[in-house]
Amino acid sequence: MRGPPTSGAPPVSGAQSYSQFGQGETQNGPPPMGAPPQRPPVSQTYTPGAVNLSGPQPPFSQQFGAPPVSMQQMTNQMASMQVGSTAPSPAGPGYGKYLCFCELICLLYIFSLPGAFGQVRGPQPGYTGPYPGQPNYGAPPAAPAPAPPATKRLDPDSVPSPIQVIEDDKANKGSEPFTTGVRGQAPPLVTTKFQVKDQGNASPRYIRCTAYNMPCNSDMAKQSQVPLAAVIKPLAPLPPDETPPYLVDHGESGPIRCNRCKAYMCPYMQFIEGGRRFQCGFCSCVTEVPPHYFQHLDHTGKRVDCYDRPELSMGSYEFMATVDYCKNNKIPQPPAFIFLIDVSYNAVKNGMVGIVCQELKTLLDYLPRENPDVESNIRVGFVTYNKVLHFYNVKASLAQPQMMVVSDVADMFVPLLDGFLVNVSESRVVIESLLDQIPEMFADTRETETVFGPVIQAGLEALKAADCAGKLFVFHSSLPIAEAPGKLKNREDKKLVGTDKEKSLFQPQVSFYNTLAKECVVQGCCVDLFLFPNQYVDVATLGVVPTSTGGSIYKYTYFQASSDQERFLNDLRRDVQKPMGFDAVMRVRTSTGIRATDFFGSFYMSNTTDVELAGLDCDKTVTVEFRHDDKLSEETGALMQCAVLYTSCSGQRRLRIHNMAVNCCSQLADLYRNCETDTVINFFAKYAYRSVLSSPIKNVRDSLVNQCAQILACYRKNCASPSSAGQLILPECMKLLPVYLNCVLKSDVLQPGADISLDDRAYLRQLVSTMDVSESHVFFYPRLLPLQKLDVESISVPVAVRDSEERLSRGGVYLLENGLNIFLWVGVNAQQELLQNIFGTPAFGQIDPNMTSLPALDNPFSKRLREIIESVRAQRSRYMKLMVVKQEDKLELIFKHFLVEDKSNNGGASYVDFLCHMHKEIRQLLS
Amino acid sequence: MSTYQEFIQQNEDRDGVRCSWNLWPSSRLEATRLVVPVSCLYTPLKERPDLPPVQYEPVLCSRANCKAVLNPLCQVDFRAKIWACNFCFQRNSFPPSYAGISEVNQPAELMPQFSTIEYIVQRGPPTPLIFLYVVDTCLEEEDLQALKESLQMSLSLLPPNALVGLITFGRMIQIHELSCEGIAKSYVFRGTKELTPKQIQEMLGLMKPATSGQQGKPLAPHDAAAASCIFLQPVQAVDMNLTDLLGELQRDPWPVPQGKRPLRSTGIALSIAIGLLEGTFPNTGARVMLFTGGPPTQGPGMVVGDELKPPIRSWHDIQKDNARHLKKATKYYEALANRAAVNGHSVDIYACALDQTGLLEMKCLSNLTGGHIVMGDSFNTSLFKQTFQRVFSKDYNGEFRMAFGGTLEVKTSRELKISGAIGPCVSLNTKGPCVSDNEMGVGGTCQWKICSLTPATTLAMYFEVVNQHNAPVPQGGRGAVQFVTQYQHSNTQRRIRVTTIARNWADAQSQIQHIESSFDQEASAVLMARLGVFRAESEEGPDVLRWLDRQLIRLFMFHLRRSPFLQVFNNSPDESSYYRHHFVRQDLTQSLIMIQPILYSYSFYGPPEPVLLDSSSILPDRILLMDTFFQLVIYHGETIAQWRKAGYQEMAEYENFKQLLQAPLDDAQEILQTRFPMPRYIDTEHGGSQARFLLSKVNPSQTHNNLYAWGQESGAPILTDDVSLQVFMDHLKKLAVSSSA
Repeated sequence: MRGPPTSGAPPVSGAQSYSQFGQGETQNGPPPMGAPPQRPPVSQTYTPGAVNLSGPQPPFSQQFGAPPVSMQQMTNQMASMQVGSTAPSPAGPGYGKYLCFCELICLLYIFSLPGAFGQVRGPQPGYTGPYPGQPNYGAPPAAPAPAPPATKRLDPDSVPSPIQVIEDDKANKGSEPFTTGVRGQAPPLVTTKFQVKDQGNASPRYIRCTAYNMPCNSDMAKQSQVPLAAVIKPLAPLPPDETPPYLVDHGESGPIRCNRCKAYMCPYMQFIEGGRRFQCGFCSCVTEVPPHYFQHLDHTGKRVDCYDRPELSMGSYEFMATVDYCKNNKIPQPPAFIFLIDVSYNAVKNGMVGIVCQELKTLLDYLPRENPDVESNIRVGFVTYNKVLHFYNVKASLAQPQMMVVSDVADMFVPLLDGFLVNVSESRVVIESLLDQIPEMFADTRETETVFGPVIQAGLEALKAADCAGKLFVFHSSLPIAEAPGKLKNREDKKLVGTDKEKSLFQPQVSFYNTLAKECVVQGCCVDLFLFPNQYVDVATLGVVPTSTGGSIYKYTYFQASSDQERFLNDLRRDVQKPMGFDAVMRVRTSTGIRATDFFGSFYMSNTTDVELAGLDCDKTVTVEFRHDDKLSEETGALMQCAVLYTSCSGQRRLRIHNMAVNCCSQLADLYRNCETDTVINFFAKYAYRSVLSSPIKNVRDSLVNQCAQILACYRKNCASPSSAGQLILPECMKLLPVYLNCVLKSDVLQPGADISLDDRAYLRQLVSTMDVSESHVFFYPRLLPLQKLDVESISVPVAVRDSEERLSRGGVYLLENGLNIFLWVGVNAQQELLQNIFGTPAFGQIDPNMTSLPALDNPFSKRLREIIESVRAQRSRYMKLMVVKQEDKLELIFKHFLVEDKSNNGGASYVDFLCHMHKEIRQLLS
Repeated sequence: MSTYQEFIQQNEDRDGVRCSWNLWPSSRLEATRLVVPVSCLYTPLKERPDLPPVQYEPVLCSRANCKAVLNPLCQVDFRAKIWACNFCFQRNSFPPSYAGISEVNQPAELMPQFSTIEYIVQRGPPTPLIFLYVVDTCLEEEDLQALKESLQMSLSLLPPNALVGLITFGRMIQIHELSCEGIAKSYVFRGTKELTPKQIQEMLGLMKPATSGQQGKPLAPHDAAAASCIFLQPVQAVDMNLTDLLGELQRDPWPVPQGKRPLRSTGIALSIAIGLLEGTFPNTGARVMLFTGGPPTQGPGMVVGDELKPPIRSWHDIQKDNARHLKKATKYYEALANRAAVNGHSVDIYACALDQTGLLEMKCLSNLTGGHIVMGDSFNTSLFKQTFQRVFSKDYNGEFRMAFGGTLEVKTSRELKISGAIGPCVSLNTKGPCVSDNEMGVGGTCQWKICSLTPATTLAMYFEVVNQHNAPVPQGGRGAVQFVTQYQHSNTQRRIRVTTIARNWADAQSQIQHIESSFDQEASAVLMARLGVFRAESEEGPDVLRWLDRQLIRLFMFHLRRSPFLQVFNNSPDESSYYRHHFVRQDLTQSLIMIQPILYSYSFYGPPEPVLLDSSSILPDRILLMDTFFQLVIYHGETIAQWRKAGYQEMAEYENFKQLLQAPLDDAQEILQTRFPMPRYIDTEHGGSQARFLLSKVNPSQTHNNLYAWGQESGAPILTDDVSLQVFMDHLKKLAVSSSA
């Protein structure tokens, strides 16, 4: 992927940055890149022995040989060679069975051109043997080598490539459906498209684990430091070809449960005594089968009706809950949506008020419903506010809506009951009249101050009065400085960044919102916050209620109707329409031996076990960490059952059950064979992002690095064959851990640049806490698609390239997405034809960098490109605004921020540098 | 000079004054011995079609603590152009505009027939009248509908330039914006939270937004008036808008659970109404008109809880000290009333419900501010509808019979001091040389504020003779009293009405017969009754009756003792408050009717005649018409009722019977035409349940205890243990002669 000569040279900065790891301090320390002569030759060991010990030779070559896909890529532009730091071919015999095939060995210190040094010690005899065709391990960075001294650095191609791993997984696992029947089987990666067949365990769309083979006891777990966690997305949407969970109704007595641990009926319940009793798979307690549920067993001990009942044969299903599962033992009312719109000067001026009102008129027809043929049961209500609140009576019988102003914001109350929450179809005329008039009424407003606390209180009180759960959509523009509960002051102080007090910037500045959030959760009042700030609004404080109630925060800084309308509207539409549950409680039960100890996400916990979610939508993810409190057995494995009790959008009370069984191992090697790095990173990111609230960021970063080093060191020590200390040996399934970890470390939250605002950091911090694995993956390691080779005939998307500037060709056009933004990067030397096809202009100079959507041109390339952008957007929960970035333009700096394998300009290490650093850490641990 | 009867009548017609004594005893000692104090009933705005107001400022005595108005009693030196004040004897020169006066060219105020004169004066820009409706929405659908119609109708009765506002309340309080087009806007307050006037004004946006450090400074009156425009608009501008708004008014939407009263936030609603007015239009004539259909049940001013189980307080509870909200609520409303009074705003209460509505607690709002209280069973009755219309009735000039922001000042000549006043007024606490230390009624001042006045509003004024026994008044000396009433006329003019009266002094020892003959029995009865009611309001209990018995005044006192003004038996606390409210403000004639109801008899034996209010007057062949002021009862005797039932009146040959039936109806109609508030109209007959209204009033000369007349055609026995007049008189006589009384 090396570009033409000019871009090929490794940036000088790369060499400088390296020094941060300590120039040549030890023998084994990473050498300074830019100074090859100082490099101690002894440290450059590449022991083929390590390779030899790993096992039989034949697969070895496969292991290191570049797999076909990547090889092609590489050879396209690479003049000489490539070290495949990649996965073994799946076709390789014994894949996954032997340690040697599962591990990746790579050399950190690689001498490149023999001519550069007098003696080449690195490559041992026989080195070329296993690597036929790759005599020069560690290729010069640029083929023509215009700058020979710079070639001494480690070749990025020699380190494990995320793209390679992703593509391999696609090739290996994407073709066949993934069946969940087998315990402890790692699913395909999140980047792979695959179909799931539920055969007794929850689909990976619902639950992904960090390890599918858990250590049997806590000692092993402690030793390995591999986090044991599950990332659970209880209401995850399924592709159309997969069946949604069946709804099971056990009648008036409610779902059958274990007497002791209260686990719900599931495939792990063992029926005994001819089916009269069942033994709980979680706690082993024996429970009588109620007469109405009795069924005979067949000769294998299975119930005869096993396959007729989802709860006995499936991993995921739903129960109808009875009145016992309802608040106050009352069948819940259908939920309500309340729209609370800021109508202060800023909000009116930037066009938000007009857009929201206009959009709601149509959007209200698409409120969530279970059956698309019937009307939604959800009632709606409207409030506008600045320093005071305006409630609207939109009762169907009125000719005109009525506004009720509540100026007593110190002591919020709801001024009306009847007529505030209405059925859309009944009150349509009045609602439309209202939405037409709101922008007019406040068009000339001079009020700049806003309140915020009372706004949420108002919504909460309205739901209380109506005795239902629901969701508030708050459209807010500015720091609430008006005199009212929850009033905030501007505390933006960049001087604190990097100090021990930095954590306070992530903490709410007043405790008011924590208390309020608690009240919201009790009522089942979920809050979604749409922010349109022009300056500091204190997202850290305003976000407390949304993040405690299962809500979302959307932020549109410097919102302008012309350029941000599309993004906002798409977000709003999706947010209003998306399937969700209300007033939810999630409980994770596990086999005796482990326990869910920590939870990450947007929710509130009043005790240590129940995750309370005022609202739970299809995008929300909860990451659960497990710890041992006893031993697990290899026979039974580890079971977990996630039960979510919620009110559906039609007002039904339901229980969604996800079951998951993983293996247990007494050998560390087994553990390391069955981990999922993406999930580990998801956990680490959430863990770290939460830790910044309580610890200095430096400590958080250090402990992340430390834990990773321990994981890898433990592997090295216990699982990898003895080898030279100079070798970095990574477990196969964790070989991307360093690169991804580096991305987490250099993310804006943990290592802010000068240009990022405190609000943005708080926003991202809260955003990551609810991400599922695929979102966190692309967020930390953006997807970079080369477009110049786009095959307009094919429906496939071009293979991504690694996030590094070196991979960009000056003649190319690339698409980069990270789940929040899409960039279209245009090289200065891009072909005229390409530009013509995309932009309708052949001249690079004429491309308007401010465009937010591509012109709809009638040529196959343009069509296909726009299709790709749409499909990429469709995969993400938030609409991504398109930014066109021209090479060597000012904006390119922003773009470069997402090239995460490179050294970032705020001090983040490059991938290669970090890997070296990691290696050093591991070696320190080992020695 | 003709008889005293004529003299009294003449004086009343000219000045609106009725004195208890028309010759005044010349020393303190003698005055005290007379029992009935020197006092008078004064009707400040008595309608005087023959008295055109003069268009200039009154001439005042130049002495700083006198400032009496030039009047016919003043000595004038036409040559020197000097006049002597008849109160302080200060000699004053006339202002330059009076240069042309002479014996033959006198200004009106010097002519004897102008002892009462009215000046129109220019004081600042005219301010429109303000009507702020405060409407309870916790009503039955039917009631609310009727009320809405009445209110809509009233818009057409208001002066076109009057400002009007609307506050509705139930569980919450809504103050409606009237200026807006499109969406109807209102500000909402919760009914449980007490707000300071400042908070209310802030929340209604009547304060300047905090600019440059000046935190929430109140707006200048002018700006405030502009800001308040969204709540108070000229009727002519918002007529349609408000009619629609009233039309769309819904019952309070909050559900009322079984066994509960609706939550009614009357207290806060009133405090917001008063707060709005005091922030925007202080010292401007304004009426807050409260329409309520039940007791306040939450928040400050709550009279009864929302649980239906504990009933609203009765006299029994009050006497047993079981009315737990009474004191707090009364205190709350008194504070509100005082705030309104200070700003010259009056509060009307229109309470229509079958049960009590808390008038006992709220009465001070109207009593202190001169507002009306109207009590009815439902808004859907002609009693309410017509009474409400009558609030907006007009006089012979086509002007509203209401005046605002009145201040009554009393000046007395040296021998006399003012002890106090009883009526719909509050003290302005103005000390002066003519203020007596001896308080009767609202005393300790020589100025009172009367926020709202009608031509009928009558105050009782009590004086004290301070002349010492050993310093006799020179023969032929006269005591003088001047009443100066400044007020805002309903056409927004500022006016001053000045009444100056004088009575001769008489030596009680030598001229006791003269003094006796100058006694005005009717006025005295009313004046003493007012004192009684005033005491009853403040003291309660049998003490007042005992006091009254000691201060006896012949016949009236018998009925007064039995009247609802003093007797609480059989009346709810609300009713008592209501009756007393009207008693202390009506003029003499009406007050007399209240004390001793009038009974007319219609029969074939002669023209209609007044008969004794006695059970013996109830005869089978008579139709009786009783007027108690609050009720008009037409009672058909047993025989008449039977005839009527038989339908004789339909037959041509019994035309006379038809006429007989019609006669009391016509007379009743006449009374109904003029009375405010509308009396309860009852048409009943012998044995009818409603006949109790009559039977409870008449003197029980025949009861089940003295059946001597049983079987004779001489009236109807009353089943009561009350003493009859005969017994009462016997006792009185006995007491009068016994020395130990």
